[in-house]
Amino acid sequence: MPLLTHASAPADALGPLASASGRPAPSDPSVTARKRRRWPSALWWSLALITLLCSIALLAPALAPYAPNEQLDIIRLKSQPPSLAHPLGTDQYSRDLLSRMLFGARISLSVAMIAVCLSATIGTAYGLLAGYIGGVVDAVMMRVLDAFLAIPRVLLLIALLAMWSPVPLPMLIVIIGCTGWFEVSRLVRAEVLAVKQRDYILAARALGAPNARLLGRHVLPNILNPVLVAAALGVGNVIILEAGLSYLGVGAHAPTASWGSIFFDGSEAFQSTWWIALFPGLAIVMTVLAFNAFGTALRDTLDPHQLAGGSTRR
Amino acid sequence: MRRYLAARLLQSLIVVLLVTTISFFLIRLAPGDPFSFGGDIAMSPTVREHLRAEFGYDRPLLEQFARFLGNVVRFRLGYSLSMHGYVGSVILDVLPRTLLLMGVALALSFAVGIGLGVLQAWRRNSWVDRALSSVLLVFYSLPDFWLALIVLLVFAYWLPIFPAGGMIDLIMHDYMPLGERILDVLHHLVLPAFTLTLLSAAGIARYQRSALLEVLPQDFVRTARAKGLGERTVVFRHALRNALLPIITLVGLMLPSLIGGAFFVEKVFSWPGMGYVAANAIAARDYDLVTGTVVVGGIMVTLGSIVADLLYAIADPRLGAR
Repeated sequence: MPLLTHASAPADALGPLASASGRPAPSDPSVTARKRRRWPSALWWSLALITLLCSIALLAPALAPYAPNEQLDIIRLKSQPPSLAHPLGTDQYSRDLLSRMLFGARISLSVAMIAVCLSATIGTAYGLLAGYIGGVVDAVMMRVLDAFLAIPRVLLLIALLAMWSPVPLPMLIVIIGCTGWFEVSRLVRAEVLAVKQRDYILAARALGAPNARLLGRHVLPNILNPVLVAAALGVGNVIILEAGLSYLGVGAHAPTASWGSIFFDGSEAFQSTWWIALFPGLAIVMTVLAFNAFGTALRDTLDPHQLAGGSTRR
Repeated sequence: MRRYLAARLLQSLIVVLLVTTISFFLIRLAPGDPFSFGGDIAMSPTVREHLRAEFGYDRPLLEQFARFLGNVVRFRLGYSLSMHGYVGSVILDVLPRTLLLMGVALALSFAVGIGLGVLQAWRRNSWVDRALSSVLLVFYSLPDFWLALIVLLVFAYWLPIFPAGGMIDLIMHDYMPLGERILDVLHHLVLPAFTLTLLSAAGIARYQRSALLEVLPQDFVRTARAKGLGERTVVFRHALRNALLPIITLVGLMLPSLIGGAFFVEKVFSWPGMGYVAANAIAARDYDLVTGTVVVGGIMVTLGSIVADLLYAIADPRLGAR
């Protein structure tokens, strides 16, 4: 019977956020099964928040009081602070900020989610190949990866986008996706190296399974958990990144409302019209927080190493 | 140890070569060249062809690449049209400013981050730990440019305690004695360094907390407890020493994101470092300067990870003995 130490308090004794970084560890075999199946509450509230944000983005045309690029009254409604008629105020072109924020959610969320799916796919494929083939191929692939990892992603993206600008939105997604897979593939490769040693791979190989089947049916399902966690954490990252790029003027372009481009509009005269910069920032923080909490909670729920560490290391 | 060092250096050299290759081809693959202005500036095709030939843009790509590599080795990174100087000397001018900002931010964020992480692990599962976890997750989720702007708004405009940007007082700096000049720079350094610290300390604290929690259930900690040592001695003298090792690796891992973060923070606070110069170079379509900053940024990250590995080898006797 495992001993209870300070480090192994049950997950639900922690608060919603603390349980995200604490590790769930069964303290008593009789409750183990029940506790393992219970997901941390951070997972629920973050998932609820993400669902809410996604539905807001989907329903933006129905929810928004005005069209996102409609200039209401360039004389009288220019740069109005938040009021009842315009809950988040208006910007310097007299556009309703709430409507722009709602439509901006569509751009920011879809860019981030599609780009992360793309980079997770590329990263998994690359890491899978490098780890599975091994030897010289692996060594070469990993050095190339080291080089990509050594270039600060922001600098790389800015350089690329600046040279290609103005970049249409699908291209922006592809470029962001293609620069985000390096860490995923390092993660995947490490997992593959560990999984490759397992007996069930040996067994499958002994039964004559071809490489494709080994990879697809035996290796891939066993390395997906860390990829899911990395993807969840990656969405938050990319939302910030996209906003930063739009802020520098190389992301989503002028009339298109994304949280980053709204922030860019607001940052020019932020001393006087602080609300234009404040609200998109708050939206970003809330969204990124939801995805980060979801990612960490997911890791604590899924990560087999942490569960193993929690129950065997004492 | 010496063999490890040699292998590590060779490996880094290859990485730097690859960084250079990648940045060259990524930028050359983009449409246009420094002399295509997309209709902004009218230029006759003859003049344009002449300029292209003069700067070697009409040569085969491989020849251009060979020349580029040769130039990078000699630290000839080209001529910056927007800064009116050689890219190498422009970067040498601004690099110390970025290093100053990053060094201060790095030191502060490791001090704060390790401190908070240890506090959390020491008081694990208490209300302090829970509250800090929540707060740190929020800070971990803050966009750098947004936090920078809010900090600027609050501490430079609403409460005008700190200067709104730049690195020195442009008018008075030259008339100050040395001591005041240093104070002047420090005064300008507070807000950007504070912003960067807030952003990266959160990640370090989360890392330190879990590193310490990983060490605490191990046998040598139990031995220490069994000897009858107090909780404070156990955490600080026995567990922390071992939990600090992974943090050293974090220095190397954090450098790319710190440089990226410094990019936005420098821009918001107009701190005239590499990020600020690169941002302006993008706006000015100054190709050589953009390429130069990417190459130098990549070299800095590679050097940083070598230093981190060496520190690790020094700090961990198990690795040094090899």
